[in-house]
Amino acid sequence: MTAGKRKTGDGNGASADWVAGARPSTATSGISDNPFFEHLLRLGDDRLVLGHRLSEWCGHAPILEEDIALANIALDLIGQASLLLKLAGEVEGKGRSEDALAYFRDAIEFRNAQLVELPNGDFAMTIVRQFLFDAWDVLMLERLAAATNKTLAGIAAKALKEARYHLRHSAEWMRMLGDGTPESHRRAQRALDDLWPYTAELFITDDVDRQAAAAGSGVDVETLRDSWRESVTRVIVEATLAIPKDGFAPRGGRTGRHTEHLGRMLADMQSLARAHPGASW
Amino acid sequence: MVSVVDSRREEILRWLEDVKDPEVPVLSIRELGVLRDVEVSGDEVVVVMTPTYSGCPAMHAMEAEVVQTLARRGVPNARVRTVYAPAWTTDWISDDAKAKLEAYGIAPPGRVEADDLVPLRRRSPVKCPYCQSVNTIVRSEFGSTACKAILFCNSCRQPFELFKPF
Repeated sequence: MTAGKRKTGDGNGASADWVAGARPSTATSGISDNPFFEHLLRLGDDRLVLGHRLSEWCGHAPILEEDIALANIALDLIGQASLLLKLAGEVEGKGRSEDALAYFRDAIEFRNAQLVELPNGDFAMTIVRQFLFDAWDVLMLERLAAATNKTLAGIAAKALKEARYHLRHSAEWMRMLGDGTPESHRRAQRALDDLWPYTAELFITDDVDRQAAAAGSGVDVETLRDSWRESVTRVIVEATLAIPKDGFAPRGGRTGRHTEHLGRMLADMQSLARAHPGASW
Repeated sequence: MVSVVDSRREEILRWLEDVKDPEVPVLSIRELGVLRDVEVSGDEVVVVMTPTYSGCPAMHAMEAEVVQTLARRGVPNARVRTVYAPAWTTDWISDDAKAKLEAYGIAPPGRVEADDLVPLRRRSPVKCPYCQSVNTIVRSEFGSTACKAILFCNSCRQPFELFKPF
């Protein structure tokens, strides 16, 4: 790991390194020296956070069928998160269960990409975010299904079938919104323009990814970029939408640097577990 | 000659026929494909199960029911071991079990297609479990549980559920 070699200092010095993508040295972020554990947290947290965001639509979606669909996808993602965080806890070896990892870590200890923590916005925003994530997720899980860690490989092979079902759904909606009414087209394009910058982080490989990939149970995410670009471009063009220009590319979620939205979401998600620790039904 | 362990295993598998999918109570967990195996070693009994969907909330209920059913039969310490590979598929549901699904009012799953990125509504039509008409449409790719989709029959004007090919 290179964190120890790099002098990040504190205050303003740290922010310069953060822009360069370095790992922050703050004690509270708790980055471990176990790359497989960190990699599993990234995989689990993406799903936990996006699953929770989707669950916020329950009872609020524009039509009943979509209410059911978003809740179903949320359930798949939270189920996957549960399996991945359980494995992460075992790999860490400190006795933390999936529930301890989900409900008793603070925002700075979360490793999800910023894309998935952004507020739901309107329906177009939710669908476009889901589409951009699903297309990436399918590629990730295809690789992870061949992981040397048999438990991870099994979880990924199962999750891959679910992810393909999700992608089918979100890609269909991309076409319906983009190639629908002028209003749905406008909203879908606005969502795509707003969310596009956040996809860059999905393809930034760091030491954690490299070491987990080298050990056979992780993905060097940079190598997915071309396939992802190709698959999303096909759907975006069919949807009569325009690919946004690359430019501003926020990052940091993988090392615990999040937007202000994650803390608020976690306050909601974790309040019950923290008010009644150890409760069960 | 059947060994003692084998006959014990057969007996336990037979007892577990009583454990049904709580969401689809006409199917036992064996017919559903969730029950993979029973391992008997001395007094120890391990029931090997695989989840349908990663987040299926019925899994916990089925696991608890397995342990309780065996406890009632005098096997006090049965454990459930969860396996993820090979991933569960509706292709494991037998033709007999599919007929039970249809009689229950749920259209049974067709074969899993190689190109699963083709939406359900662009695939071969699903037969209505009530009137057998193929004049049906997909209302929603997602349904009341993770394993079902919602369809509508234009002939008998009846909504119905499809057990998704997965």
